[in-house]
Amino acid sequence: MNEITQRILEEVAELHGIPEGAYNIRENGQSIGRSSTEEIEIGTRKDGKGLVVRIRPGTKKKSVHIPVVISQSGLTEVVYNDFYVGDDCDVTIVAGCGIHNAGNDASKHDGIHSFFIGKNAKVKYVEKHYGSGDGSGERIMNPETIVEMDADSYMEMDTVQIKGVDSTVRKTTARLKEGAKLVVMERLMTHGKQQAESYFDVYLDGEGSGANIISRSVAKEESYQKFCSRLIGNAVCSGHTECDAIIMDSAKISAVPELAANHPDAALIHEAAIGKIAGEQIIKLMTLGLSEQEAEEKIVEGFLR
Amino acid sequence: MLELVNVSFGVSQDSQQKDILKNISLKLEDNKFTVITGPNGGGKSTLAKVIAGIEKPCEGKILFNGEDITELSVTERARLGISYAFQQPVRFKGITVFDLIQLASGEKMSVEEACRYLSEVGLCARDYVRREVNASLSGGELKRIEIATVMARRTKLTVFDEPEAGIDLWSFQKLISVFEKLHRENHGSILIISHQERILNIADEIMMIADGQLTACGSREELLPQILGKTVNRGCKAMEG
Repeated sequence: MNEITQRILEEVAELHGIPEGAYNIRENGQSIGRSSTEEIEIGTRKDGKGLVVRIRPGTKKKSVHIPVVISQSGLTEVVYNDFYVGDDCDVTIVAGCGIHNAGNDASKHDGIHSFFIGKNAKVKYVEKHYGSGDGSGERIMNPETIVEMDADSYMEMDTVQIKGVDSTVRKTTARLKEGAKLVVMERLMTHGKQQAESYFDVYLDGEGSGANIISRSVAKEESYQKFCSRLIGNAVCSGHTECDAIIMDSAKISAVPELAANHPDAALIHEAAIGKIAGEQIIKLMTLGLSEQEAEEKIVEGFLR
Repeated sequence: MLELVNVSFGVSQDSQQKDILKNISLKLEDNKFTVITGPNGGGKSTLAKVIAGIEKPCEGKILFNGEDITELSVTERARLGISYAFQQPVRFKGITVFDLIQLASGEKMSVEEACRYLSEVGLCARDYVRREVNASLSGGELKRIEIATVMARRTKLTVFDEPEAGIDLWSFQKLISVFEKLHRENHGSILIISHQERILNIADEIMMIADGQLTACGSREELLPQILGKTVNRGCKAMEG
């Protein structure tokens, strides 16, 4: 594993060396390390286009790491990974992709992840995107997440894209059965001429299902962001979506909410706020001795934490 | 020592010039506890902002320990040793009480140390130290955190703009002892903008500002009876607002 790969693995999966438990590390289109455990089996899909991860019912307090590194300029790939999480599991899945592009051709990773979450299972899914390298080639990532949640399951999805990704279109679709709960925390920062779009379609199909989709984002310089969230309530359910964005310089941000209640007891809420950093926040931190720039950085850092 | 020399400040409103501070000259001696009082709209809060550097005077000079700080920014004044507690504390998403106290102290500190400041302002530290300074906190809680924050700075001059506003009665009693302790231990000057007789009662010096002018200035013994007397005569008007 070379230095770039190691650094990217640290950034996207907080990995220092080979992870414990089940893992697959993909570098420039190939698996450079894979390990299954008794409870978690990682195999290759029949069509060879990605992984199949099967987690045995009742697996508790275990993790799976499947980071992706692209350091070859001009590499373009589409990867399909399927996760079958058995009933009553409690697991953490760490994905994430880092592109280091030192060349002039665009590098692109489109990861399509499908989750089939069993009854009463609990999943924490962490996905971090990162780009580096000083080449003029773009770093592009288009993640798609498809989630099927069985009764009383719980999924917490934590997605972060803070630095270096030039263009991203993120799509998340989830279908929830009775009693299932989905919590999403998306954190995003764009700068330069970066573009990021994020779409959520959440179908609250089962009685007592619930979703909370939260996006915190900062758009700097000439970047562009779009956040679209659709909550569809088809039963007695509760849904909340929140987009909170800080806009700076000459960036542009769109927030597009959509709530559809197809049941009289669907309780759905949308909140969206876009605005500059409040002047008084900067002044407050300046009265503590920070410069204007330090104050701004502190506010952004806290906001995206 | 802080000295204001002929400081004036005005704003233009509906294309008319409105004078808020008119030619104010005053001195705050070291280690003194000074309370500025006076009617609402008289210019007290503006004066506090001018000292902190949030507003720039259109005329006059501000000297801090002999140095002319009139042109210095908020940050530069803070670094020289001026602290300012907001009348309406600012909320932040994602920044915790601990972050704020640590930033204020200007150095790395342990959670225990941060908790000490919170306990001093009557907050159960463990419940608050990790909380975000956001809209989930009540006005009174924010106000106490604001006071804890400026205490953590331990500067030569601390300005409080109406610290009693939004604080309930029980906390108010606590607040008085916080100021007394600060005065005892900090070895710096404290300037409080207040209408409260109980805060005036613990002052060394009292200054009265009305209609943008310094109308009276002297020791507590000298001025307090006059102010309270006026209050009675004017049907509490002088103390109200």
